[in-house]
Amino acid sequence: MNIIVCVKQIPDPETPSSSFKVDEAAKKVIPAQGIAPVVNPFDPQATEAALRLNEADGGGKVTVISLGAESARDAIKHALAMGADEGVLLNDPSFDGIDNFQTAVALAKAIQKVGEFDLILMGRSAADWDMGVVPSGVGQLLGVPVVSVAKAIEKNGGSVKVERVLDDGFQTVEAPLPAIVSVSNEFGEPRYPQLRQIMLAAKKTVQIWSAADIGLGAEETGAANRWLPLEALYVPKVESNVEIIEGDSPEEKARNLAQKLRAAKLI
Amino acid sequence: MPGILVVAETADGAIAPISFELLGAARQLSAQGGGSVTAFVAGPESLGAALISHGADSVIAGTSAALASGTAEVLVPAVTAAITQSGADVVLLGQTSFGRDLGPALAFSLKTAVAMDCVELKIDGGRLRVTRGCYGGNARAEHTWKASPQVATVKPKSFDALEADAGRSGSTSAIADAGEARVKVLGTSKAETTGVRLEDAPVVVSGGRGLGDPGAFKMLEELSGLLKGATGASRAACDLGWYPPSQQVGLTGKTVSPGLYIAVAISGASQHMAGMAGSKAIVAINKDGDANMVKVSKFAIVDDYKKVVPALIEEIKKLA
Ligand SMILES: Cc1cc2nc3c(=O)[nH]c(=O)nc-3n(C[C@H](O)[C@H](O)[C@H](O)COP(=O)(O)OP(=O)(O)OC[C@H]3O[C@@H](n4cnc5c(N)ncnc54)[C@H](O)[C@@H]3O)c2cc1C
Ligand SMILES: Nc1ncnc2c1ncn2[C@@H]1O[C@H](COP(=O)(O)O)[C@@H](O)[C@H]1O
Repeated sequence: MNIIVCVKQIPDPETPSSSFKVDEAAKKVIPAQGIAPVVNPFDPQATEAALRLNEADGGGKVTVISLGAESARDAIKHALAMGADEGVLLNDPSFDGIDNFQTAVALAKAIQKVGEFDLILMGRSAADWDMGVVPSGVGQLLGVPVVSVAKAIEKNGGSVKVERVLDDGFQTVEAPLPAIVSVSNEFGEPRYPQLRQIMLAAKKTVQIWSAADIGLGAEETGAANRWLPLEALYVPKVESNVEIIEGDSPEEKARNLAQKLRAAKLI
Repeated sequence: MPGILVVAETADGAIAPISFELLGAARQLSAQGGGSVTAFVAGPESLGAALISHGADSVIAGTSAALASGTAEVLVPAVTAAITQSGADVVLLGQTSFGRDLGPALAFSLKTAVAMDCVELKIDGGRLRVTRGCYGGNARAEHTWKASPQVATVKPKSFDALEADAGRSGSTSAIADAGEARVKVLGTSKAETTGVRLEDAPVVVSGGRGLGDPGAFKMLEELSGLLKGATGASRAACDLGWYPPSQQVGLTGKTVSPGLYIAVAISGASQHMAGMAGSKAIVAINKDGDANMVKVSKFAIVDDYKKVVPALIEEIKKLA
């Protein structure tokens, strides 16, 4: 199959809250010292899904697209090292500060420029803005059916059978190709690129496309044209009022806790 | 005239609790000048009464049998018709499997934005303004909309449902719109859970990766059982296959706000906190006194859970 995988580079979502800082005036996250940006954790799972599907299918091509800064090339390289074939980086000064909706428009245009595809795979959400809207958006814009939060994907002739994770269980659906599927962590661990593959990936091509290259008009991009204007960004305050329960042994601490909980009418 | 449309959802043929929370939120917006509150529900008109008694001024039922599959693509035309009919310029959905899917599909089809997982909503100068968590819960963002309608999904447990008032009146009408179903639902399976539903439990005992052993969940189940509560887990524990994903608490799992949340061997990553920070009292059992979970808790025991939890169970049995 011709599969397109969308990957996003984001600040490390495991950044401890003590190192997480925001520039409130600029409404931007200040990159944490010494913590490198990473690939959105669900996106290698989308890449893994693409590779497994084509392995099972006996071949195909995987094209990776990322919209982001110059450094987002690393997110693409990671997917290429996993085994994807080609990469496209959407990079333009006017992409600075755009929202998920404008991103969906840009990705949809880039996908049209890539041309033929059987399947588009994405992560269930990007762990920066935690929105989870781009897969649906690209689906609406391209007129392609969307299946979200997948834990397993199987190709069946001209369609895919997808097992979805629901709040209270699972659902199996079938979608005709071409389709878009967003992948969740329940899919399982993505493969880890070996040194040899990282070297091979260095030789694979990554094209760079600007806003003009994908036919994106000035009114569609730029932070001023956000669909969801950002009015404020800040770190919420959390106060610590913890009472550490003391005792000479773990058992005594447990007994003291039970008494405290009872006194506070919590049990 | 502006208005608010609440997109209700059903569970086992009845209105799901999140829908009543959405109506609670909608009534607050209405009081701030948001206009009247219409509820849309996919199902028979008979579901209207419960929505009206919980705060809807009127109800539009989408009665097409095709809507039963619950997929976003079949629902979008029906909800769109309800928006047109009600004149709503604010549309609220729950941040649930249903709303996560339908919210974005609806918004893009109407060429407007959706703010996901909002915790605060207000009408400011006649327009919606929301607050939502981002960066895994490390930050909060406030948003407005460029276009209309202003679509938002609301985090469960962020708003209180109103008490049902059988004296409230309103009309229910039906529409037959439905979209084409390209995605076919082949089957749905419910996760097996015994006892109290996680979201409704007055007490939640959750375990994390620090348990080191899936068998330890038996101990947590005994504790939650004694407290008439439910058992939850961190994503790390679920990803290891130690506990079902339906019991995962956090950003990509369930939101709970019990009276008492006992976190056993959970470090307190922001994404976990995003699902339980609304708990009235938090207790941490962790061998690391610097763990984030310890800092946010009311009471904490800094020790090995293997010794603490059995002793806690014994003592609670004695108190009972
Ligand atoms: C996009 C995204 C979404 C996410 N969504 C969620 C989500 O919905 N829910 C969620 O939970 N996580 C989520 N996570 C993962 C989250 O970032 C953390 O990785 C996860 O919560 C850690 O789980 P944990 O606390 O069980 O494990 P760890 O962080 O490994 O913590 C284990 C804890 O156990 C303690 N411990 C170890 N041994 C003992 C012992 N014998 N006795 C007592 N204490 C002990 C340790 O001191 C430590 O504090 C998400 C991450 C991302 C990137
Ligand atoms: N800037 C981007 N570049 C490439 N893919 C993206 C970008 N933003 C979002 N995506 C894709 O859309 C998914 C969901 O993102 P979001 O809707 O922003 O939470 C991600 O997991 C990616 O697969």
